[in-house]
Amino acid sequence: MTAVQDAPAAESEIGKDRRRKEDQRLITGRTRWTDNIALPGMLHLAMVRSPHAHAKVLSIETAAANAMTNVVDVLTGADLGEAQGVNANAWPITTDQVTPNHLPMAIDRVAFAGEIVAVVVARTAAEARDAAELVDVEYEELPAALDLKEAAADTVLAHPDLGTNKSAFWQLDSAGQGSGRAIDEVLEEARRDGIVIEREYRQQRLIPAFMEPRSTVVDPTGEQITMWSATQIPHITRFLLAATTGVPESKIRVIAPDVGGGFGGKLQTTPEEWITWFVARRIGKPCKYTETRSESLVSAHHGRDQWQKLTLAATKEGRVTGLKVDLLADLGAYVGIVGGGVPVLGAWMFNAIYKWDAYQFNCTTVLTNKTWVDAYRGAGRPEATYAIERMMDELAAEVGKDPLEVREMNWIKHEEFPFTTVAGMTYDSGNYEAATAKAKQMFGYDELRAEQEQRRANNDTVQLGIGISTFTEMCGLAPSRVLGQLNYGAGGWEHASIRMLPTGKVEVITGASAHGQGHETAFSQIVADRLGVPFEDVEILHGDTQVSHKGLDTYGSRSLVVGGEALVLAADKVIEKARPIAAHLLEASVDDLEFANGRFSVRGTDQGTSITEVALATFASHNYPEGMEPGIDAESTYDPVNFSFPHGTHLCAVEVDTETGGLKLRKYVCVDDIGNIINPLIVAGQVHGGLVQGIAQALWEEAVYDDAGTLVSGSFVDYLLPTAADTISFEIDHTTSPSTTNTLGTKGVGEAGTIASTPAVVNAVVDAVRHLGINDITMPCTPERVWRAINHSGGGGADPTEESAMPHFSPDGPNQDHGETGEGEDL
Amino acid sequence: MIPVQFDYVAPTTLGEALTALSQHGDDAKIIAGGQSLLPVLRMRLNAPEMVIDLGKIEELRGIRDDGDAIVIGAMTPHAVVGSDPLVAEHAALIPKAIEHLADAQIRHRGTFGGALAHADPAGDLGAPVLALGATFVIAGPAGVRTVPADEFFVDLFETAINDDEILTEVRIPKHTGWGAHYEKFVRVAHQWPIVAVAATLQTNGGTISEARVGLTNMGSTPIRARGVEEALAGQPATADAVRTASERATEGTNPPSDLNGDAEYRRHLAGVLTRRAVLNAAGA
Repeated sequence: MTAVQDAPAAESEIGKDRRRKEDQRLITGRTRWTDNIALPGMLHLAMVRSPHAHAKVLSIETAAANAMTNVVDVLTGADLGEAQGVNANAWPITTDQVTPNHLPMAIDRVAFAGEIVAVVVARTAAEARDAAELVDVEYEELPAALDLKEAAADTVLAHPDLGTNKSAFWQLDSAGQGSGRAIDEVLEEARRDGIVIEREYRQQRLIPAFMEPRSTVVDPTGEQITMWSATQIPHITRFLLAATTGVPESKIRVIAPDVGGGFGGKLQTTPEEWITWFVARRIGKPCKYTETRSESLVSAHHGRDQWQKLTLAATKEGRVTGLKVDLLADLGAYVGIVGGGVPVLGAWMFNAIYKWDAYQFNCTTVLTNKTWVDAYRGAGRPEATYAIERMMDELAAEVGKDPLEVREMNWIKHEEFPFTTVAGMTYDSGNYEAATAKAKQMFGYDELRAEQEQRRANNDTVQLGIGISTFTEMCGLAPSRVLGQLNYGAGGWEHASIRMLPTGKVEVITGASAHGQGHETAFSQIVADRLGVPFEDVEILHGDTQVSHKGLDTYGSRSLVVGGEALVLAADKVIEKARPIAAHLLEASVDDLEFANGRFSVRGTDQGTSITEVALATFASHNYPEGMEPGIDAESTYDPVNFSFPHGTHLCAVEVDTETGGLKLRKYVCVDDIGNIINPLIVAGQVHGGLVQGIAQALWEEAVYDDAGTLVSGSFVDYLLPTAADTISFEIDHTTSPSTTNTLGTKGVGEAGTIASTPAVVNAVVDAVRHLGINDITMPCTPERVWRAINHSGGGGADPTEESAMPHFSPDGPNQDHGETGEGEDL
Repeated sequence: MIPVQFDYVAPTTLGEALTALSQHGDDAKIIAGGQSLLPVLRMRLNAPEMVIDLGKIEELRGIRDDGDAIVIGAMTPHAVVGSDPLVAEHAALIPKAIEHLADAQIRHRGTFGGALAHADPAGDLGAPVLALGATFVIAGPAGVRTVPADEFFVDLFETAINDDEILTEVRIPKHTGWGAHYEKFVRVAHQWPIVAVAATLQTNGGTISEARVGLTNMGSTPIRARGVEEALAGQPATADAVRTASERATEGTNPPSDLNGDAEYRRHLAGVLTRRAVLNAAGA
């Protein structure tokens, strides 16, 4: 299990910059996105959503909507009742977790603005939308729990019948679990004779903002009811449809066709899917629901949203002795499928690449009357990495050393791997020294430090800051036994099967479910190498439970390190099944056969046969060994033995205009160690995209609510997503410490950029103005916040964001008079 | 994102468009490039019964030299205006502003007149045309009238164009040889400006003889910074002189507060950006 494949040979597929097979159809859109699917007699749904954060539903008048042309039905929560099933939480983090019942459609009370209270079914999407505006809902507004800290104090209850907003308290204590000393002892020592740094950081609420809005089509005709959905998790969706709606699993087929991005935002079973499922079954006709972008922003789950209270203990020289973490994590109105587990995933990551004596992680998950919060690229690990990498810079400032030097004093040395951390995780491999040395050299670290000093000395209007992030993360979710210990509702294995077709082509079925990652290309490379067949001859099938009957889908940087390993095992089984048949055909002994480059050959002769010839021979089955099955197809389920731990050193230079607070990215260098690389081009794409997403948290994105619980940043006018015009050319490179926990020696890369970049950027911004007495700027570091920090020196974050949107589409004014049908309905 | 159902006509002459407008009155909306109207319709913030498309009216397109002015047809796309040599020569401020207006797709679909008639105070064209002292030519049932830029912008999304009228062209007095700069402050490139400053000026041997300055998003309309203009006249184009003059940029402003910054911050920005715009326009 710990054997590591040698570095791939030059002519092998692994390591090749293959262009992605799937891109032509994905980029041109000539493919099956869920919203492209049209079935005979298909009906369309439009949702009626609450404009209030918390309210009783007093009455719903549907007659006017029902009377509209081509409206088939209008259904409310009362109509759906218990038969609609529930949107389940699969990971209760404690046995006594407080979990509100989450009905897809609310019946008598809504708990966030955007929650569904009725559905209109019509012959066209436009008719459904028009009729939805005629559904008249009478609400009685209730006090709403909006602010996370206030909600944690239970002043106003998000769900009054639960009696508290506190969903769960989860702790990891190094003394308690025997992986380190007691944190209080270490803090006490530091207070007496060392350094204690206390900080509070805000992880603002983010919106995953995948490119393709969510869409679901349900066809209830035929023996298996089929759901197409823009989801990351067709297999889990099928399981939960069966578990919560009473339909036998064998009667359910879920298809995730091509899916346009997810970033964790489609790692969910949604009210919209469940409602479409219900309506299609009730009416007996295919139904489609596709959300608008406005609906997506208020109702698809959000990410992050934490307060992080951190107490770090260190010696006077800067050796960290311990960290205490107190997290408040906003769950929103309901506990999503992973929900409270997301902040808990951070528990093993606050200690990052460092060696400490003591560590304690405390997390309280809190219910509020806002959109639910769940996984978003990195899920718990970016939050933890942000906190510790910011703190390491604070420590460096405190002891007056270069932040890289302080990190080096504390990190695990390369010869110490495998290393068991103070949080109790065993890191497989890594070389922080090598990655950092390479990054420093590419960055021109010393030159930029000199320029920074010069600008400070000259009191330049534009100041330069250098930010560092030496991150690690745990990826490859996950060893099933570990998940079991954490009370998670499923395993962490992955499944693969390989079908050897008679014409020499190979069909590979994976339980991973790509939504833009490039599985079809990378997996083809792995199988092509293993079986010795051409890359072009390998077809990767995924995302349809009828084809891929077993799988746990795609999230948590797991597809390659778990799903890829299942492929390897399945391919090896194919070879082993083919071997006796080849021996039979060659009239040789099995022991005399060797397999290389797709060919069985008889040792010491020029005789041989290819594995595809064996496949054809088993198809004909005219001649095969007595007592054997005529077939060489194989399947495998792989359960990982451990996570893998990629790492990297990210260096960022930011220019700060001290007059305006404006920021400019000057340089970004990263050297990531993700073990062996299957396809460098795909890796570069993952790193680039990940970096931008992490930088966007640092500088641009924030979901802002007003005092009434309305999402103010409810369109892309106000929820600022960057484009290519806002970023710079990243300089990326790698060091290679192959993972020792899988045979390919790979580590995940899907989340690395996002996890690493946020603290690198904020550290750079703070570093640029630290000499002005500033030690923090709240994310996103808007120019206004930077300017206020400079002008009201003392730092500690900035004034809260003004809670109103730019009024470009305001209904006011004669050039944009308010339509008769638009009252308050801007969804 | 499906608009409420509406009727649609696409007249080929201005006369037909005016007739359609008078027939449908309040129930009609005019669509030019659609870059502001379509989102409004799709978000159902407005539900006109009739949409009158000016896209097929050739007479509303094009740029011509008319003696002491450059005349820009209301339906001329931003990209055409921004790359026109006549405009660049005689009203350099306009292409400077268009260069940073939204993104390339919008610059090809959106129109010069449509954006001005929409009168978004954060729009990039209001401050430049105000600074250049443009005249708006407006056609209605009673014939054609002209409105000076100072009277054109009335309030947020409100102009001097009446419900039965159509903006046909914008006359920009020639400012040949004037330096120009549009200083726009945004967080991401495709955003409306948080604040922007349009400055164009004539210098004579290092002295500013005349300056014209317009402010974007510092009130419910684009604003002419007359205090700055007065203070700059006759001053040397030096950092110190321009800094002092720019302190008057906040006079008469009433900036909004929103997610990108509050009024106080915008006032501060107006001063800094005015200084930078003027110095840049002066080539200093």
